[in-house]
Amino acid sequence: MFVPESPALLRIVGNRLLLSVPLLLIVSALTFLLEALIPGDIARTIVGPQATPEQYLQLKHSLGLDQPLFTRYQQWLENVVHGDFGTSLFNHEPVTTLLNGRLSVTLSLVVGSTLLAAIVGVLLGIAGALRADIAGTAVDALSMVGLAIPNFFLGLILIALFAVAIPLFPATGYVPFDESPLDWARSLVLPVVALATPGIAVVAKQTRDSMRAVLERPFIRTLRAAGLPRRSIIFKHALRSASAPVVTVLGLIFVASLGGTVVVESVFAMPGLGGLAVQATTQHDLPLIQGVAVYFTALVVVVNLLIDLAYGWLDPRVRVE
Amino acid sequence: MSVLTDQVAIGPPSHSHELVRRLIRNPVAIAAITFLGIVTLLCIAAPITAPFDPLHQDLERVLSGPTDHNLLGTDTLGRDVLSRLLYGGRRSLLSVLEGVVVVTALGVPMGLAAGYAGGWVDRVLSKFGETIMALPALIIVLVVLAVLPQNEDAAMISFGLIGIPAILRVVRSATLRVREDLYVAAARVSGLNHLQIVGRHIFPRVWGPVIVQASLFAAYALLFETGIAYLGLTADPSTPTWGGMVGEASTAIQRQAWLLVPSGTLIASTILAFGLLGDALRDAVVMGEGGLAHGAPRSVVTRRDRDADTAEPLNGRSGLVLRVRNLSVSTMRSAGEIPIVDGVTFDVYAGETLGIIGESGCGKSVTALAVLRLLPQGLRAIGGQVYWQGDDLLSITERSFDGLRGSSLAYVSQEPQSSLDPTYTVGNQLVELIRHHQRVSRRKARSSAIALLRQVELQNPNQVAHAYAHELSGGMAQRVAIAFALAGRPKLLIADEPTTALDVTVQAEILGLLRRLQRETGMALILITHNWGVIADICDRAVVMYAGQIVEQSGIQEMFDRPLHPYTLGLLNSHPSLAEPGSRLSSIPGNVPSPASWAPGCRFSPRCRFVAEECVKTPIPLIDVGPGHASRCVRVDQIFAKASA
Repeated sequence: MFVPESPALLRIVGNRLLLSVPLLLIVSALTFLLEALIPGDIARTIVGPQATPEQYLQLKHSLGLDQPLFTRYQQWLENVVHGDFGTSLFNHEPVTTLLNGRLSVTLSLVVGSTLLAAIVGVLLGIAGALRADIAGTAVDALSMVGLAIPNFFLGLILIALFAVAIPLFPATGYVPFDESPLDWARSLVLPVVALATPGIAVVAKQTRDSMRAVLERPFIRTLRAAGLPRRSIIFKHALRSASAPVVTVLGLIFVASLGGTVVVESVFAMPGLGGLAVQATTQHDLPLIQGVAVYFTALVVVVNLLIDLAYGWLDPRVRVE
Repeated sequence: MSVLTDQVAIGPPSHSHELVRRLIRNPVAIAAITFLGIVTLLCIAAPITAPFDPLHQDLERVLSGPTDHNLLGTDTLGRDVLSRLLYGGRRSLLSVLEGVVVVTALGVPMGLAAGYAGGWVDRVLSKFGETIMALPALIIVLVVLAVLPQNEDAAMISFGLIGIPAILRVVRSATLRVREDLYVAAARVSGLNHLQIVGRHIFPRVWGPVIVQASLFAAYALLFETGIAYLGLTADPSTPTWGGMVGEASTAIQRQAWLLVPSGTLIASTILAFGLLGDALRDAVVMGEGGLAHGAPRSVVTRRDRDADTAEPLNGRSGLVLRVRNLSVSTMRSAGEIPIVDGVTFDVYAGETLGIIGESGCGKSVTALAVLRLLPQGLRAIGGQVYWQGDDLLSITERSFDGLRGSSLAYVSQEPQSSLDPTYTVGNQLVELIRHHQRVSRRKARSSAIALLRQVELQNPNQVAHAYAHELSGGMAQRVAIAFALAGRPKLLIADEPTTALDVTVQAEILGLLRRLQRETGMALILITHNWGVIADICDRAVVMYAGQIVEQSGIQEMFDRPLHPYTLGLLNSHPSLAEPGSRLSSIPGNVPSPASWAPGCRFSPRCRFVAEECVKTPIPLIDVGPGHASRCVRVDQIFAKASA
């Protein structure tokens, strides 16, 4: 009780960062070791069936595959700590250069869609909680459909409708923010909607359930009996108490949308990390795909940290525990 | 509200045939199963059902829409879309099966182990689950596909592995619930080994949630499979796959948008069917565990019998603030209405304190909440009037009622801590209330808030203003709740057992506070209690409630001196501080009946020691037995004449 607020928050941040070290280690080990764990020979896959034994052995050596596994991992990890993810096997550029050049596209998509899912999902969920009959059923139906339509299909429908039939937005491509903020926003609308739709459905459902539970709690009755207007009771009081599970869901949605960008970037031909990951996969560019995996995990770590801070801000009891 | 929870039917444990029976009663489940069954059969039998060779190109018929020849049209190379869908479905559905098998075969044992063993096993497995959940599945699978190009089996097995935590968590929590059950303990004592216990006694109880998760996971697996197929990572372009066909369609989106429709719609409908089946299974399983599957009806005030009482509304007659006439409240359930409060009538005068007394479950709180129109979900005021300054509170609009709450009528509940919003400081909430009622500046409201906290006798009002609900003691929280109620300067305060949850010394302080506040502000007070001490202490008049009805009503002195209903008499005799010194403390035999089992005649008759033939036949009216004194007892003359004789 005597712990002041800021040190408690610092402790939350510290704990989360400490926990994120093993997560990053596990992911890096996993992505690194997958190659060894999976039956199959990456060097053989890369050089192809027509290669000479010399070419094969040379590639094996240049990939370090002729060294013991642990030594390789140690070496790779050491390099990664120094910001060196190796060199792309395909176009021989440093992996970090390739990744950093595309980070902003993916961030715009993922952050944009998570925000959209949060705002629209919460509003729909509140409507569903307040009107059990019409809006409640609508939220149910919508969330089912939203989850069932794959985002690549939805993306193509959006292109067919709002880029081809009614040319409101560009069908494909990405305009960097510093080139033209307006075109940047226009190029993001359709992919962000495609990426956010399943998230909207999940957030709406969670918000509705959690709001319904909170609206039955005694403090809501107290505030209503004391005369507070409905608006304040719903948006200020009930929503805040109902939001912890919604925030949890938003974290999961963020992780899911990182996976989703891989597909959506392909649909909308956007030069992001996801497109790079697909390219790396088809070209067997192992260092590059390892780099993408570590970048994505680092993003997840950052988001989990933000979520922990959000818990602390939303519920004062978390701060003192 | 224990009266309500009694009504919830507890279903039998989820046996498989029981589950199936519930499932086939659900039309959505039937539709989903039928759809999935038909699609699966048609795809398995693709060599027979497909009208064309899926690889056969017909460049004369490129991108045709649906025709008699090609029911679903042709693609960019003139291949028949329907045939390609049927062949492609074999791969997609096999992939779904692979993912589901992997996830259940590994996730279920891990979840059972975590839930049953507990301890470090649980911690390690839960940590493992959390870590995996933080990974984007697609990226991990891409790494796999980089090493094993176009190997869809490998991709789906990896996807299944990544999906383990979802099912692990569900099985773990289901196991935890079952583990402590008596028969599991009995099995342990009887010498079965752990494997036998888990296999025979725990698994049969957790498989319900498992099939729910498996069905939902199938939806995700198909979503995922079509995604990687769309990206062209799992098959060479000529092989038909559902996802790949959407990919092909995207290249012709300008020329023939129709091509998107068959493959995309089929994917979406199949995912939807898996999802709906999962939801239907969940409903069936939850019903088996005794949960409420039906949405509770909304709490709305509806008017039924307007003519129950034709008394004209009072027009500010001096002294009278609240006039309740024939107020009735019922539960609203699919099983039908069950009355909870039945024809309650009473008045409250300015500045007086009216006590409402009775055992738990007699309808006291429900009466108060009905007056405030704050009935919980599932309860409705179905009749009667509540007059406040000439208006019937039950029939005015919600908006006009909002204007009365807090400023005319206010409310204090019996659970002080949970009646404060845990996420805002006391000061924040109080300032908001004051600003709403008095339209003053934030600064002014802040000083009013401190003054109000001081008025409810809090020692350190500044400190309390900065505190959250969980930092307050019960007594402090109740003072704060009273301050909330006073923020709008109400003319009537309804306090529902405001001291029940508190220590004895604090109880006295809170009662003293209420009495002082009432004297200072002149507001009327309705005090709900089951404690005669509280009634004696601060009430002017008392209403005794039993089984949803008022059974006696009189001035406080009169009630203690001359109780005229056997229930009142019983209550008084069972109260330690009121019983005659030296006499035995008697309690009323039996319990308050639940609303569904009220006796047709006098509802107290099953517990009454004076019961006679005339008590049990017809409903007993409330009759005047003296000035301001009423009793609902037909034998009042015989019983009490004899008692005083």
